[in-house]
Amino acid sequence: MSDFFAMGGYAAYVWPSYAVFLLVLLADAIAPTMRRRRLLRELRARIARQAARHNRDGASPTAPERP
Amino acid sequence: MSSWIPLWLHRLGSPPTFYRFAGALRPWMLALALLLGAIALYGGLVLAPPDYQQGDDYRIIFVHVPSAWMALFIYAVMAVASFIALVWRIKLAEVVAMESAPIGAAFTLITLVTGSLWGIRMWGTWWTWDARLTSELVLLFLYLGVLGLYHAFEDRRQGARAAAFLALIGIINVPIVHFSVNWWNTLHQGSTVRLLGPSSMSDAMIWPLLTMMVATKCYYLASLFARARTDLLALESGKEWVRQIAITEGRA
Repeated sequence: MSDFFAMGGYAAYVWPSYAVFLLVLLADAIAPTMRRRRLLRELRARIARQAARHNRDGASPTAPERP
Repeated sequence: MSSWIPLWLHRLGSPPTFYRFAGALRPWMLALALLLGAIALYGGLVLAPPDYQQGDDYRIIFVHVPSAWMALFIYAVMAVASFIALVWRIKLAEVVAMESAPIGAAFTLITLVTGSLWGIRMWGTWWTWDARLTSELVLLFLYLGVLGLYHAFEDRRQGARAAAFLALIGIINVPIVHFSVNWWNTLHQGSTVRLLGPSSMSDAMIWPLLTMMVATKCYYLASLFARARTDLLALESGKEWVRQIAITEGRA
């Protein structure tokens, strides 16, 4: 097992290569998920604001504004 | 548009349809990428024998070469999508082009870093300004340039068109990267894996390499689908179908 981790003396080059590969792709995978969550939160807040304004103004015949 | 393009392809170009299509396919692509990636890692790190000259250092190939292939492949996809976006003004093509850029940049970065780590012991240097390395660095700058230009505009669609133009011009670099090892005298070795004719590599080493290639392709699709879906929500945020998704997912 320790032979495996030693990589024939090249451990300092082989393992960082695999770490870079996995970490960069992990970051790439997480980024859109975070962005999606933030975006949906903003959209819900906007919908809630529009609903609140709609209720305050009474049954206005005009369509809710869309920024 | 031309009548020879089947109707389902037209439909797939519509944002809500593509959103659902990508959402259904993404988990499968991700699962396939993880499964094949794990198999390839086991094959490359455990099953494949050490190289007779490079010892175990050559094992960097199993992440370096698939990443390099993806860096070029994604650029080609980005350029084709850019062309479609510029000619036919299809929103989905803009999204595919612009959301391919960060994934391509990630693979190019991996290629450069793992190449450097490989070079330290095998070449005695982590960097040299030779044709292959320099053109690969230019590829990274092209990706970053496309991303920078895209985000420099207030209007996202205007930014996408400007960046698509840059992506299209930059395609000239793709054959330069690929053929640089043949055209110039360089420190970087030539291709050992060939589509046509025999590869100069043993089977025990080549199957993990090809498996990793398929895994990275699946990963690219999974990442692209996730990014495109988010982008379509942002671009169509005023539309009813996006409101429905926002409300439904808020309840969950």
